[in-house]
Amino acid sequence: MNNPRILPKIDQSKGLEFGLYTLGDHLPNPHTGKRISPKQRINEIIETAILAEDAGLDVFQIGESHQDSFISQAHMILLSAIAQATNKIKLSSGATIISTSDPVRVFEDAATIDLLSDGRMEVVAGRASRVGLFDLLGYDLQDYEALFEEKFDLFLRINENETLNWNGEFRSPLKNAQVIPRPDNKEKGLPIWRAVGGSYASAQKAGRIGVPMYQAHLGGPASEFKKPIDLYRETAAESGFNINTLPVATAGFFYVSNNKMDAFKEYYPHVNEGMKITNGQGFPKQAFAHGQDYRSVINVGDPESIIEKILYQHELFGNQRYIAQLDFGGVPMESIKRNIDIIGEKILPAIKKYTKK
Amino acid sequence: MNIVVVSGSNVGEKTSIAANKVMNVLKEKYSEENTISILDLKKLSLEFSDGRNYLDYTADTKYVTQSLMNADVIFFGTPIFQASIPASLKNLFDLLPQNAFEYKTCSIITTAGSNKHYLIPEQQLKPILGYMKANIVPNYVYILDTDYDKGTIINDDIHFRIDKLVEDTIILAKAYKDIWSQQEDSYGF
Repeated sequence: MNNPRILPKIDQSKGLEFGLYTLGDHLPNPHTGKRISPKQRINEIIETAILAEDAGLDVFQIGESHQDSFISQAHMILLSAIAQATNKIKLSSGATIISTSDPVRVFEDAATIDLLSDGRMEVVAGRASRVGLFDLLGYDLQDYEALFEEKFDLFLRINENETLNWNGEFRSPLKNAQVIPRPDNKEKGLPIWRAVGGSYASAQKAGRIGVPMYQAHLGGPASEFKKPIDLYRETAAESGFNINTLPVATAGFFYVSNNKMDAFKEYYPHVNEGMKITNGQGFPKQAFAHGQDYRSVINVGDPESIIEKILYQHELFGNQRYIAQLDFGGVPMESIKRNIDIIGEKILPAIKKYTKK
Repeated sequence: MNIVVVSGSNVGEKTSIAANKVMNVLKEKYSEENTISILDLKKLSLEFSDGRNYLDYTADTKYVTQSLMNADVIFFGTPIFQASIPASLKNLFDLLPQNAFEYKTCSIITTAGSNKHYLIPEQQLKPILGYMKANIVPNYVYILDTDYDKGTIINDDIHFRIDKLVEDTIILAKAYKDIWSQQEDSYGF
């Protein structure tokens, strides 16, 4: 079957794509107890994107969040600023909470960023893990599932048709509506991914409609996260899509230091204290200690062990893109810089060398 | 340690009386090093769980979920309704994350109208606490309606058994906390 979706262009002859993502959390540094200003945090996110581009990384991604201790409510505006500050790196939202947004406006914003960035924009659409934004933006939490499915479907239709007719439950109908501006490419649309947070049903739905799948991980054995990916590909194949054309991206905690235990000592308090504030539960130290095993999905350690892990995960997942979250929980800018330096000098060359096809 | 006593019924008085008896023992013997509080579901107005993160609830529901999540030790008082725990207590569990009781020590006090239900806590409450990763005190106190008179527990055996349960719970909680703290130090980060 011909896939109507607009798929990201990933050149596998250059190897696994490597990117960074931030959720735009704005949390104190647990080592000092101090929190930088919102203005400084935003500037540092933009600086991080520039450093990532300079180090040769492929993608920079920002998630939308409306809860306390975050500054990424207007994530598209942040991406727009990064579009101006960079030249080559691909930009992505991740995730845009499509359930509580108007897909027309999301498309207008993302397509504008695509024009500003010379065709570098992608969208990862998700459902939100915390739900305060439903009240804030005037939606009913009872419609959590239905809102996402309807709005994601509309978003895809807008992406694939400049003019459309549409009727649904959660938005006024569109009658011969023209949604512009259009991205300046052959398909006049954007690569759109479905965010999957470990739910099998969500992976299955992504496969059923042939959209690329973006899967985020916290911790645990990498082999467990292979299962939803397998289900995604099985479902896509059963639905008639060519799975070789459907990319999979995986994302999770990342922190590198030249000494393995230093990486754990430095990053664990950020993850543990950050999760206590944002999710209400810390990350158990025992579970984080499992991250020292190469089979764990937590990419924390020295450059050699991280290279081994990412290659092992690539072998399991057959993923086309890996996105690292290295700024969570108030990681200071000097550590972010050091991480990006090591990625650029040691990790990226090794990963590309062993994964290019 | 942060100790919370839950009276899991939203009707009647027996579970509340038993929970307050536990509170008194705790205050008498363990108030110096610990924070002690009670959550009486009869006095609180809880929403039904809808699966959201526990921090996203409001009012009493948020107060209750946060109090339990911040606890080191929890005593669950429960009546028996229709051969099981009451809906009010099950809803409390449903409001919390799946591993909410990880590293917490939990114990049980049951009130009932008949001895025929003496295995209900064992077979119905313990599996839920276990699923939610609690460190469960093996024995529990089972109190009959005939053990009460005029708003107090009149059976001396129940007084002794509650004293013992509180002691067992605190000992187990302290030991568990100390062992985990040693273990975490050994991870080297």
